[in-house]
Amino acid sequence: MSTMTETDMTTQLYQMWIKATPEAIWEAITQPKWTEKYGYPGHSEYELRVGGAYKGVAGKEMVAMGAPEIVVDGEVVEADPPRRLVQTWRFLWDPELVAEGFTRVTWEIEAGEGGICKLTVTHELEGAPRTAAQVAGEVPNAGGGWSYILSDLKTLLETGKPLDG
Amino acid sequence: MTDDDRVFKALADPTRRFLLDRLFARDGRTLTELESELEMTRFGVMKHLKVLEDAGLVVARRSGREKLHFLNPVPIRLIHDRWIDKYTERQVSALANLKTELEQT
Repeated sequence: MSTMTETDMTTQLYQMWIKATPEAIWEAITQPKWTEKYGYPGHSEYELRVGGAYKGVAGKEMVAMGAPEIVVDGEVVEADPPRRLVQTWRFLWDPELVAEGFTRVTWEIEAGEGGICKLTVTHELEGAPRTAAQVAGEVPNAGGGWSYILSDLKTLLETGKPLDG
Repeated sequence: MTDDDRVFKALADPTRRFLLDRLFARDGRTLTELESELEMTRFGVMKHLKVLEDAGLVVARRSGREKLHFLNPVPIRLIHDRWIDKYTERQVSALANLKTELEQT
């Protein structure tokens, strides 16, 4: 049971209500034309089938800061549109982060009342403390992590414009 | 009450801020663990957790037989984007204007 507890302690959870349909939220998470509009400069590419590839592609601003062209990689573990997406997630910014290996991200979309959905993102980060600090937004000059990305996603879906747009 | 009201209300209490700090230090805790760090009845801690959950700042999830409490930082981020950014930006631009004015005289 102790391994179970350790896993739980290194899980980060992010939850928010978004005024949008489950389909719109699913598209915004999985389609490059949406993912390029919010969060860090760049976009996501998913092959939406079990075992399909996931790529986080760095935008030119990120490459200028020293990011590799593919800055995150992973694999689709489960894809149940528009409700649930489970993927592995490995940060490739530097060799130390790469060495922490694959972590696991689960996206859950639940339809609520009045056209509002609940989006919950859980990131299981066992054995990946540096990756955990990065995605928690605790690293100076490395942006706000998931809170920033998801707050931007919510703003984009609700207003049609990202936070800095 | 709006979402923002609930977050501000939840944050306006030292016990609830303490609970958030404890979850920030180590996430995914049971009520029993959280209760052990406070001089308060189990019922009292539950009441505070309920206010935090209503504000979306804490999310409880079942893991086997346990109910684990997670800190959800998104509502604070949304308040930061809505309220804090706006005013700090103005301060920065006010300082920038002051610098321009001083340099001109």
